[in-house]
Amino acid sequence: MRIPHVHRRDLLLGAAALAPMVMAGRAFAAPQAGSRLLVVFLRGAYDAVNIVVPSGSDFYHQSRPTIALPKPDPANPNAPLPLDADWALHPALKDSILPLWQAKQIAFIPFAGTDDMSRSHFETQDTIELGQPVGGHRDYGSGFMARLAGILGTGDKPIAFTDQLPLCFRGGEDPIPNLALANVGKPIDQRQASLIQSMYAGHPDLARSVSEGFNVRDTVYKTLDQEMKAASRGAVSAKGFALSAQRIGTLMRDRFNLAFVDVGGWDTHVNQGGATGYLADRMGDLGRGLASFAQAIGPDAWRSTTVVVVSEFGRTFRENGDRGTDHGHGSIYWVMGGGVSGGRMAGEQVALSAATLNQNRDLPVLTDYRTLIGGLVQRQFGLSGDRLATLFPDTRPVDLQLV
Amino acid sequence: MARIASWICISALMAPVPAYAADPARDAAWAERLGWGPSAAPDTGPVPGSDAWLRRQLDDRLDPLPPAVQAQIDAMRISQERVAALVVETDAMQRDLKAITDPEQKKAAREAYQKAMNGLADEARRRFVLRALYSPDQLRERMTWFWFNHFNVQAGKRDIRAMVGDYEETIRAHALGRYRDLLEATLRHPAMLRYLDNDQNAKGKINENYAREIMELHSMGVGSGYSQADVQELARILTGVGVDQKPDAPRLKPELQPLYIRAGLFEFNPARHDFGTKHFLGHTIQGSGFGEVEQALDLIADSPATAHHVSLKLATFFMGDKPPSALVDRMAAKFRQSHGDIAEVLKTMIRSREFSGSLGSGFKDPVGYTLSAVRLAYGDRAITNPQPVVGWIRQMGEGLYDHETPDGYDLSSAAWSAPGQLATRFDIARQLGNGAARLFQPADAAPGTPPPPAQVPVLKDSPIIAARMPMLGKPTLAALGQARSPAEWNALYFSSPEFMHR
Repeated sequence: MRIPHVHRRDLLLGAAALAPMVMAGRAFAAPQAGSRLLVVFLRGAYDAVNIVVPSGSDFYHQSRPTIALPKPDPANPNAPLPLDADWALHPALKDSILPLWQAKQIAFIPFAGTDDMSRSHFETQDTIELGQPVGGHRDYGSGFMARLAGILGTGDKPIAFTDQLPLCFRGGEDPIPNLALANVGKPIDQRQASLIQSMYAGHPDLARSVSEGFNVRDTVYKTLDQEMKAASRGAVSAKGFALSAQRIGTLMRDRFNLAFVDVGGWDTHVNQGGATGYLADRMGDLGRGLASFAQAIGPDAWRSTTVVVVSEFGRTFRENGDRGTDHGHGSIYWVMGGGVSGGRMAGEQVALSAATLNQNRDLPVLTDYRTLIGGLVQRQFGLSGDRLATLFPDTRPVDLQLV
Repeated sequence: MARIASWICISALMAPVPAYAADPARDAAWAERLGWGPSAAPDTGPVPGSDAWLRRQLDDRLDPLPPAVQAQIDAMRISQERVAALVVETDAMQRDLKAITDPEQKKAAREAYQKAMNGLADEARRRFVLRALYSPDQLRERMTWFWFNHFNVQAGKRDIRAMVGDYEETIRAHALGRYRDLLEATLRHPAMLRYLDNDQNAKGKINENYAREIMELHSMGVGSGYSQADVQELARILTGVGVDQKPDAPRLKPELQPLYIRAGLFEFNPARHDFGTKHFLGHTIQGSGFGEVEQALDLIADSPATAHHVSLKLATFFMGDKPPSALVDRMAAKFRQSHGDIAEVLKTMIRSREFSGSLGSGFKDPVGYTLSAVRLAYGDRAITNPQPVVGWIRQMGEGLYDHETPDGYDLSSAAWSAPGQLATRFDIARQLGNGAARLFQPADAAPGTPPPPAQVPVLKDSPIIAARMPMLGKPTLAALGQARSPAEWNALYFSSPEFMHR
């Protein structure tokens, strides 16, 4: 899939040119040429260095005697695929993500993460989703994507493709809708919906969530109706994350432009495998899902779409006693999209050795997630410095020239 | 959430009343809070929330289930076989299936294995639902869900499906006892040891997964003062704590034999243990075997951080978001003074002015929502097929034993009240209201069998609802007034903001 680059100016104009049609809450007009951002959260801390592999490092191979991927070798189907002189990609991503790399539509940011050193999944996921300074008082009612939605104003159409509203989307001015895409049911009849809404009219907490819930259900059902009919006629239907990702693509093409989805199952303490095995299978699913997202959103929208893949932390650089890895620190984030200036490893790097590891245990963090995402949305949505300051307080965005 | 309380107008009626004059609305509010909601079954026991009720709830005696319900539980495989036997048998199925070479036979054997494993987990889910719906021990049942969630395991991992029913029974037995005993009971259970990988934690092959979550989730709480070094030392202390389903003890050197412990599937294998000296939470623990684990658990259970963390979670679970910190402090003080007596901590909470003042202000999570609706509509008839209840809870994202990560389901109202979740809830309200005929199908009906004709309950005429009607808001009464059938009335009532709260 080779898609010409777009000028950044087109992206910026798009967001301003939206003519919102408001129905009892949020706007549901198509985003037209507007910018789109999808954040994919790999919950459980994926083992980054076995996916985007520092294959040039002998220290990597020494540190992982049973789970390291071999050195790149075109003759070996289990070998990772070279990205540059130092890095290589897991073979499970050969057909899904490697083509994006070759099209320069994906960049990897190694040594990325947070300054949260708790090594707790839940604490660090919260840290990322809240986007507030570590160590200060936490406001659990203010997630960074909800703040971004607020900054972007009436033109944006945010949604979480999750069965619970994630922390990052809590605290929006208007309640932000959520919907799990695994089973999209038919909306209930209009009369009952109106009666139910009337019971919540004036309810201080729930009135807007109730009407938003009916709206989003309606919207999603109508948008996906076509696809679901096609699937029921025997078209090949995707499963699991690939199905959700494909639907997300359709919905972001037509309806939503600021979205979040999470994928779990990355906490590989035991028998994680190498070129094949548990982690390889999960990663293959993820890659296929992201590729089907890019397909479904279509070439036009893909040009103005950025997908950011993050995870709470990386894992121990050395394997543990059970052919797995324990909780670590720095991770490797992904930034992909039709307008992304990719095909490269972005951000600061350091040669890997026992001396450069964080606490002699895991990757150091050289690119903070806030500076990365701040820098991205600054360019993509054309945000000024003071508006960014409310998105990520006490953070200076770093412009890695990714979009 | 205080504004919700006044909006719903229940709280004003809930000041503690020493003499328990008949007050069905108050009784219903207490039943919502301390159990799984008021039941349509006539209640002959003490009034919910009264001293006599609380004494009976907190005692060790389990009150009997209705015979028709008990019979369903007795017929389950998980009631008839011990967990060790279930694990050995299903393990053998899996081993045998690996040896099969014929693809067709292998496929059939794999399906039989999966059916057996899923069947065991589903039995446990159905048993949980039956008890929640019909057990007089409502507080114990609610606490069993709470502690399971606190010490969460996911059925889908490894062979935990065969263990999860017994794990829940273990928790149920300790749900109102001492925290220290409960902590050790979960530590000795194969489901926990499998779930957090400690069965693979051995000297020289350290796996710190369980050690970290004990401190972060089960006891002290993240950021409460322990360090990465404490986690690593606890992992060393826990080496050799694992699971063994083989009938015989491993062959050990003579000097290690007295240190070997085996109880059911639980095993402490000294040959896998790191006997070096450890430094944990500021104490030196000499290598001695399983005694080190006991010492570490004592330190963890006695920590003020644990008293506070557990009290805060309990108060949040029963009272809703942001419980008053002064009350949490009093509960934590009681926790320490009573050496983690859970019943005493609960009494401190239940008998507080803050608690009675907050009735009706907590947002129900999906499991509480579903069970309270089924109790209200169908509590006077023994359902024969709990599977739809299991399915509704799962559809709303809080499936029993389904939560993948050890933090358990989120207890905050924001986790369950987002737009998409409310839309799903309204769908389920409709199914709950229309007679839910599938609940009354024979449990062993073949798939596709049409259910018996629905008997739609007339909730409007139930005494519990009659007592609540004066407290419903005007918009709710207006909407209910437009219902065209009893089924629609029920669906609207189950969709109302008043029913969403407890």
